[in-house]
Amino acid sequence: MKTFVCIKQVPDTETKIQIKGDKSGIEEGSIKWVMNPYDEFAVEEALKLKTTTSDTVVVLSAGPKSRVVDSLRTALAMGADEAVVIDAPETIDCYLAAKLLAETIKKEGDVRMVFTGKLAIDGNGSSVGQMVAEFLEVPHAGVVSKLDFTEGQVVVERDVEGGAKEVFQLKTPCVISANKGLNTPRYASLPGIMKAKKKPLKELTAADLGLNDLMPKMKFKNFELPPEKPPVKMIEGSPQEQAHKLVDLLMNEAKVL
Amino acid sequence: MSQVFVFLEGKDGTLKKGSVELLTWAKTNGLETSAGAIGADAAGLAKQAGAFGAKVAFASTPSAEGYNPEVYVSLLKEMISASGAQIVLANASALAKDAFPRVAARMDSSVASDCTGLKMDGGKLIALKPLYSGKCTAEVEFESGLNIVLMRSNQLPVMDADGSEADVKTIDAPQASGNVTLEKTVQGASNKPDLTEANVIISGGRGMGEAKNFEILEDLAGTLGATVGASRAVVDAGWVPHGMQVGQTGKTVSPSLYIACGISGAIQHMAGMSGSKVIVAINKDADAPIFQKASYGIVGDIFELAGPLKEELSKALN
Repeated sequence: MKTFVCIKQVPDTETKIQIKGDKSGIEEGSIKWVMNPYDEFAVEEALKLKTTTSDTVVVLSAGPKSRVVDSLRTALAMGADEAVVIDAPETIDCYLAAKLLAETIKKEGDVRMVFTGKLAIDGNGSSVGQMVAEFLEVPHAGVVSKLDFTEGQVVVERDVEGGAKEVFQLKTPCVISANKGLNTPRYASLPGIMKAKKKPLKELTAADLGLNDLMPKMKFKNFELPPEKPPVKMIEGSPQEQAHKLVDLLMNEAKVL
Repeated sequence: MSQVFVFLEGKDGTLKKGSVELLTWAKTNGLETSAGAIGADAAGLAKQAGAFGAKVAFASTPSAEGYNPEVYVSLLKEMISASGAQIVLANASALAKDAFPRVAARMDSSVASDCTGLKMDGGKLIALKPLYSGKCTAEVEFESGLNIVLMRSNQLPVMDADGSEADVKTIDAPQASGNVTLEKTVQGASNKPDLTEANVIISGGRGMGEAKNFEILEDLAGTLGATVGASRAVVDAGWVPHGMQVGQTGKTVSPSLYIACGISGAIQHMAGMSGSKVIVAINKDADAPIFQKASYGIVGDIFELAGPLKEELSKALN
């Protein structure tokens, strides 16, 4: 059977975001693109599961082909067996991304599990995993930090508010969205990187999947940097004086106490 | 037919502030509103929504307690369809962020999660959404399908309850298929509000020296009614659990007051907390980047400041 991992390529977390002159998006010129950090947990979990199931691990990504292919190579170098890139414009929304990924998974078939990251750190949507599950008509669990697999089912811990955890049992096939804490992702070894070059990387277009309308249902516009904060007010004096002044300012100037 | 559907969430039988924010927004904008609640206290919450302008409120109490994605998604679709609303609002809670994308997919729609602003512009809904964990924002506009927006709490004003009650319509919950089952919920150690909902946060970084010094922050948090957060460095060092991490690979927060203690201010951390209204930075290093984002700064030692600060806070807050 096959275990699928949906991954996305995002700007490195060190990136300083700059907005295009017409506010239609961000300047991409100097960005270093990396695999979405939460997707690394997803890849790792699929590889761990493979030691039990001997599944073929298929990584897939929908987005501008020339860019997303790097993260797929990284996943192959970590140990995934096959990769599929679905060439699509940057402007696709979560609905279209999920649709493209789900249709690809259906086409590949023989699904045991699908892993995704709990969110992509660029669009911050945290929705694609659940939407893929809906299109595949299988159960899902999100923000998962622990997973136990037995034939035909998984038991997962999902992180919710205030440090609480919900424990779910799901029948496979299912979609699991990985949180930090699920595992420690391996690095791609040098032999792994060499081997990855020979592994199959399939290219698909939306048309191959029978999707001809790539009009997003949701658009982002008027990008802005956060408003400049007024300069910091430094508070001097002894610790007693500083504490007194700070509390006074928070009460009477900022009015947040 | 209503124009807006608001998903209600409560705590101890009372509507959460975030739900009241959404109802208030709809009412202030003169939009016909219906609401819906699911769970053991659904009928009570639905009734309360009337005091904030919702005429009709749906309520459903599934037989199994707790969150079942399958049952919730099916009920939400039914409630939204029955309301006839084009605009669907919910808080960006763990539950709503899990269920609504699936509702959206089922109803041929997209969804904007973790938004921080809402407005009507010529009859069209525009939501403000932080991207790149708050390094920038963009306006979200819906081209087709439902306009589903999940809003962070503490972003919108709330009105006073006006004493009305909503017309509650009860909906029978579907039977769960057994494909996904909630086995149990393990409560967290703290009963404080989650970082994403907290109005006051006090966070510690490497400058706290070691894990046990977070007790100092817990103590101050007790006085302040705050939730304790942390930087990535101390989470990776194993001092505190990942649930406490604020930043690009942790939680994005938007409290009224954020106090950063011994946090230098890496770009990833600042992305997660820059939505805070007022930021206080306490750090021994006068050159720490955190001071550039702060409203108030103290160059000093948290260990020396904690005592006097607690004293002053107790005086001020009593």
